Amino acid sequence: MSNKRTAKDFATSQEIRWCPGCGDYAILKSVTKTLADVGATPESTVFVSGIGCASRFPYYVETYGFHTIHGRAPAIATGLKLANPDLDVWVVTGDGDGLSIGANHLMHTLRRNVGLKILLFNNEIYGLTKGQYSPTSRVGTTSPSSPKGSFDTPVSPGQFALGSGAKFFARGIDTDKVGMRHVLQQAHAFQGTAFVEIFQNCIVYNEDVFASFTDRRDAANTQLHLRHGEPMLFGDNKGIRFNQDSWSLEVIDAQLSPDDVLVHDEGNAILARLLVDLHLPVAMGVIYRQPAQTYEDAYYAHHPSRMRRVKKTRDFIKGPSSWSIDEGKGKA
Amino acid sequence: MNKNKDVDSIVIRLAGDSGDGIQLMGSQFAVSTALSGADFATFPDYPAEIRAPVGTTFGVSAYQINLGGGPITTAGDAPDVLVAFNPAALKVSLPLLHRGALVIINNDGFTPRNLAKAGYDTDPRQSGALNDFQVVEADISHLNLEAVREFGLSKSEGSRCKNFYALGVLLWMFDRELAPVETWIKRRLADNATLRDANIKALHAGHAYGETAELAASLSQISLPSAALEPGEYRSITGAEALALGIAAAGELADRSVLFCSYPITPASPLLHRLSRLGELGVGTFQAEDEIAAICAAIGASYGGMIGITSSSGPGIALKTEAMGLAVSAELPLVIVNWQRGGPSTGLPTKTEQSDLYQAVYGRNADTPLPVLSASTSGECFEVAIEAVRIALRHMTPVILLVDGYLSNAAEPWRIPDLSGFERIETNPVPESDSSPQQRAFTRDPGSYGRPWVTPGMPGLMHRIGGLEKDIDTGHISYDPPNHEQMTVLRAAKVASVAEFVPEQKIELGPDEGELLIVSWGSTYGPVYQAAQRTGASFLHLRHLNPLPKNLASIISRFDKVLVPEMNAGQLVTLLRDKLCVEPISFSKVSGQPFLIRDLVEKIESISGEAS
Repeated sequence: MSNKRTAKDFATSQEIRWCPGCGDYAILKSVTKTLADVGATPESTVFVSGIGCASRFPYYVETYGFHTIHGRAPAIATGLKLANPDLDVWVVTGDGDGLSIGANHLMHTLRRNVGLKILLFNNEIYGLTKGQYSPTSRVGTTSPSSPKGSFDTPVSPGQFALGSGAKFFARGIDTDKVGMRHVLQQAHAFQGTAFVEIFQNCIVYNEDVFASFTDRRDAANTQLHLRHGEPMLFGDNKGIRFNQDSWSLEVIDAQLSPDDVLVHDEGNAILARLLVDLHLPVAMGVIYRQPAQTYEDAYYAHHPSRMRRVKKTRDFIKGPSSWSIDEGKGKA
Repeated sequence: MNKNKDVDSIVIRLAGDSGDGIQLMGSQFAVSTALSGADFATFPDYPAEIRAPVGTTFGVSAYQINLGGGPITTAGDAPDVLVAFNPAALKVSLPLLHRGALVIINNDGFTPRNLAKAGYDTDPRQSGALNDFQVVEADISHLNLEAVREFGLSKSEGSRCKNFYALGVLLWMFDRELAPVETWIKRRLADNATLRDANIKALHAGHAYGETAELAASLSQISLPSAALEPGEYRSITGAEALALGIAAAGELADRSVLFCSYPITPASPLLHRLSRLGELGVGTFQAEDEIAAICAAIGASYGGMIGITSSSGPGIALKTEAMGLAVSAELPLVIVNWQRGGPSTGLPTKTEQSDLYQAVYGRNADTPLPVLSASTSGECFEVAIEAVRIALRHMTPVILLVDGYLSNAAEPWRIPDLSGFERIETNPVPESDSSPQQRAFTRDPGSYGRPWVTPGMPGLMHRIGGLEKDIDTGHISYDPPNHEQMTVLRAAKVASVAEFVPEQKIELGPDEGELLIVSWGSTYGPVYQAAQRTGASFLHLRHLNPLPKNLASIISRFDKVLVPEMNAGQLVTLLRDKLCVEPISFSKVSGQPFLIRDLVEKIESISGEAS
């Protein structure tokens, strides 16, 4: 391709219908920019979504797109990927779509390691249905369906993914362009299910729910941007250490005890679980990556003819034995 | 076996070693025949030698039981069911069976040593020697010993109970009462309480195993008279096999690969099993995490350019309903196979019904029509599968194919078709135009209303589809009220247009006008055909249920009365009343059992009697 595509080439003519100021706009920009960065071809790129605000996404990307039904995008995308493994398939979902009604499909997609990039826009609320608490809402969330505050324990997308056998888990913040592009590029390059949790600000129903760590003014102290093989440093000489007594991560002064600072290892599943639960700072970037055979590769490898027709129906139609009935004779 | 007899008598042959206690049991059964009345009768079949070598073919002893209420047929009747306790018993008994008989194999007896003794070079369970039969494999010896362990019998005493274990399995499969057998055991073993209780336990344990394992039996006891078989090459085939081959053939005719996505459910699973062995025909199977994922993956496959097919039974179909609506909205091809069973809810998983007709024709939210067709015999599943795929691809719509548990298992002689006689399956071309890709993807054929099958990967045609209502021309999202009306009309017209492409309905038997017309559909074909033939009534059998054949109204108008026998509470009657404004007489049967010819004949004669 001589003329490199830009983010604009991936924008459709459709009027965008998200609320003004919605975090989805920033995510859309990061995605289209990433598609341009990685040299994606529009005809072999597909966005599949379920239902919810996030799921409007495919209408706004100039690629193939399928806006499906609530929670089922991973299942539809799995069938699509099996039918054509060469496609670059992205699934866009939300906390309600992916972790409530569609959690079963998400779990099985993750354990199978289907080659899909799954972007879960987490805003801890149901937006499209007007603000009910979601499976990721914190205890005490007041909403039209929980006027006195919610009392169910929320699910952690990261723990859900890792517990389901995810081979890639990363995090980004809607408005953090640099972090998002890094994470999206890494997700795109991963062979298998790349699951990305994006903290998305719903300005109408759950504004600033993530402000404690997304506020740019204090981001250096509240976000831990992970890089494989690099020490976990953030803010003003702060580092992360493993506390062997409490089996948890803790913040230390990196200048005082430089040797105690953990070095990020993307392939360490136990570390990944600890990082997911780290609350301040909040871990960002690629938290876990463990390459493994993709489902579609295994599927084609196990198929006797890689889904091609190498024999004719007539080779099978006679079965193990057949007999003839001649003219004028009935069956014995 | 008399292929035309009604299903009221079943001949079961238990065969094993004389050392297995078969001979003893056989003689005991024989002695008791007089006492047990007509409930069951037995036919001992001993080897000449009193102590023949174990495991050899000449050491096989067997006994046959006729479970049935009617007069006992002769011992010469071919068994409908064989229970083979070892390879030798299988070898000796196989030639006695007719094609399609049920063969229950005790896996525990199939040791390499026993196979060699019986003269088998290859294990008949794997060699294809049993392909003409319905085969159920179970570890009967082992399961039986576990069941009677509590009685502290010796191993040989315990093993002898396995005949009753096997009988328990059979009684479950054929819906027979345990009580007469239990009574017989009590009387026979009155002086040995431990053996008596152990045998009764084995009988019940076998029955419970049949239920837990959801074993189902369908014997093709009712089929066409031999004179009706046209000359040609035949094989024995079950509905699941025929449907699998039909799906593969449809892929070949359309020159597309097939992705079959399903979730295990009784009695639909045999199709998944069959298709998983047809990979070389460009068929792939995907066992999904649930029913919804199965249909969604099939939709994804269709979106990606393979023929997406899913299959289930009523409860699973209910779960798939929302996704069917998506395929209707997105105008994607899809075939949904429903192996109907008795309900509501879990109902009777192993018993046959035709009670999902409403669900298929009417059972979706909003105005969401789709074509519905059905298969009448195991063999016909082949061409109906091809027709379902043809309709799906031509009209770009999901299609429901109604079959049932009976067809899944029932084997019948099938004339092997010549595939060159089938037309290729064509798809609608992408129009060459300056319009937007979105518009080109939704430019519909004026006759079938099918759109081109534009799939991701095709350059220059990127577009978006989904479940939101779209503009009838541009294909973009549209909430415009008049447009929704137009789209609703278009979706109905598309399904109605199927009738323009299928052959007109034919009357299969009898005059084309007169007093009584029998109208049926699905797997009741065999008995209804027979009953119509015996009474001389006119008879037609529907394949297409939505839309109904164009000329059906005119055929029906030429008769005074219409009789609809069906295995539900009158669903086709409702459909005919709704679509054609006629008032048929309903003859419904919902016992989970196929129609008996004599019941149908009686009904037909009573109607004719009223008229004259």
